[in-house]
Amino acid sequence: MSSEGDLLHVVTNDNISDGRKRFGRAIIWGTAALTALVGGLQFLQATGQAEFGFTNWRPTLYAFCTWAVALCWGQVLINGEHGKRTLFVLPAAIFVAALTIFPLLFGLIIAFSDWNLSSPTGRQFNGLDNIRQMWTDPFFWNALWNMVLYSLAILVEYAIAFGLALLLNAQIRARKFFRVAFLLPLMLSPVAVSWMIGKSMLEARYGPLARLARFFGVENPSFFGSPEIARATIMIMDAWTYIPFMMIMILAGLQAIPKELNEAAKVDGANGWRNFWEVTFPLMLPVSITAILIRIIFKLKLADIVINVTSGGPGGATDTVTSFIFREYRERSNVGYGTLLAFVYLVIIVIAMTFLMKLADRWMRPRT
Amino acid sequence: MTANPQIFRDSEADRGHRAKWWTSRIAIYGVLILWTVICLFPIYWTITTSFKMAPNVMKGNMIPWVDYQPAWLGWRSLGLSPDTIGAESTVRAEFMKRFMNSAVISVTSSALAVALGSLAAYGLSRFNYRFGYMRNSDISFFFLSQLILPPVVLALPFLVLYRELALLDTRVGLILLYTLSVLPIVIWIMRDQFGSIPTELEEAALVDGLSIWGAFATIILPIALPGMVAAFILSLVLTWNEYFFAALLTSTYANTLPVMVASQTGSQGISWWSMAALSFAAILPLIVIGVVLERYIIKGMAAGAVK
Repeated sequence: MSSEGDLLHVVTNDNISDGRKRFGRAIIWGTAALTALVGGLQFLQATGQAEFGFTNWRPTLYAFCTWAVALCWGQVLINGEHGKRTLFVLPAAIFVAALTIFPLLFGLIIAFSDWNLSSPTGRQFNGLDNIRQMWTDPFFWNALWNMVLYSLAILVEYAIAFGLALLLNAQIRARKFFRVAFLLPLMLSPVAVSWMIGKSMLEARYGPLARLARFFGVENPSFFGSPEIARATIMIMDAWTYIPFMMIMILAGLQAIPKELNEAAKVDGANGWRNFWEVTFPLMLPVSITAILIRIIFKLKLADIVINVTSGGPGGATDTVTSFIFREYRERSNVGYGTLLAFVYLVIIVIAMTFLMKLADRWMRPRT
Repeated sequence: MTANPQIFRDSEADRGHRAKWWTSRIAIYGVLILWTVICLFPIYWTITTSFKMAPNVMKGNMIPWVDYQPAWLGWRSLGLSPDTIGAESTVRAEFMKRFMNSAVISVTSSALAVALGSLAAYGLSRFNYRFGYMRNSDISFFFLSQLILPPVVLALPFLVLYRELALLDTRVGLILLYTLSVLPIVIWIMRDQFGSIPTELEEAALVDGLSIWGAFATIILPIALPGMVAAFILSLVLTWNEYFFAALLTSTYANTLPVMVASQTGSQGISWWSMAALSFAAILPLIVIGVVLERYIIKGMAAGAVK
């Protein structure tokens, strides 16, 4: 992570009067009290104990925004020059904290309740019922298993991306053209991709790829018929979009390797193959691991293509966790169960990613 | 003394070398061209399909003017063909509305993310903070860890919260969420950018009497501008293409283009040409950005790779 310590150390003499400090504290606490008051009143109305004529929770939101502004301003009032430095990070910190921590806490409440948004009964705690339901839900476990398979496909993507990066790094003409062409799939929206490739080009009767398959003697080309083939098709489509991403990271790494190293290896008599495995590849290990880790993070969010092409079918064979929860909500408007699944997924991801990062850290250290 | 008049002659080994060189050239360009075709064919297919008519689709014609006559059918269904572009039409109004939604939402949220993220990254690369027990590296980790958070975890709580806040189906709601989702990437790129700028620059500026914000705005920002552009473009790509949140949180008013494309896929097989035209219109801005600003995108993505 970043280096600790005051890189830019400036001594300033701040003469902050007591009145200014008091005013700073007053606006911070004042707006905080206002937020609490408005929030409290709205809570009373929401629980049906009083009526104030609020139609939605916007007033609380506005009060919170005033508090956030007052907090930033107050920093400068109270701490002077130091407060101005805090002001660099504080807005982003408040923004992220407000938009993640509160929904996550709120989500925890939802996760343990039975809440169908379209039913009039509203939210009801149902304790561990959701967990019990999850435990016996074969589709959820199936989706999790699919995520493992999808993640394993990254190794193949990585190999292809590495090969392409090597080619782009070689002595070739029109490098810029090839780079732009290879980059384009990444720019396309997954929804458009899922129509362009998944629905149009892979169409079993008229699609060009189906024709190509028939030309090679496949009787009835069907790309989403059997579970294995459907899963592979989704993997290929996702790979098509994201290979450029890995390719560019690896290319950047390749370009950072000093040319002398490969030349020295050549002088020592290494042929291209040994040169790659004993010089280039070990040097690329840190970059490779970063690229793969980031790619895994993106892969775990995979949903758009699945939702739009197969909507999980056939029989849940292509489901990702995200697309499964999306359908769970769309078909049953069951917020509670879906949220619980999402939280379980989050816990699994955090554990798995921490484990992978520790592993990568240990693996990388002795070599670099 | 040999009786050979030719002094320089390629030996067997050299000729073998040249043949090897040619085969490797052919192999390299062969693979490059093959992959270019793989990358570009879907886009080509979409463009040509948008000019096809039903029989052309059934017959699988590929090359316009050679095996089929292009027609404006697909673009007419969007109200964007030459004969309909002058007249008002509901389909085009609908398309333009979605297009504007996408444009406004992605540009605003990217700009917001770049502003917030650059400030935070600058602060983290220069000063020592203590928020409670959190030091600089903890704050950095707090920002970057958002990258791991899958959108689905936030989706349903946000759905319920937005319903209570009357932010469902509004542009503001989506802008907030998109800013949140690209912020970690912006911070990552910008931290790298600011880290490579020597602190002596600001020290000199501070000695000359500028305040720290003045030094940031007048000295550092211009230097870091390419990085900010890279971060902005990358955010733009991600937010323009985002589908999951948009599908959950919008219904009629604030729909973005991906939602519009997705909502029409049910009718595929009937009007392929209009779907192709719509898909192509949805990806066209990003293709243009990709071709014109490719340098910045690569710069942005490479930021984290090489340390």
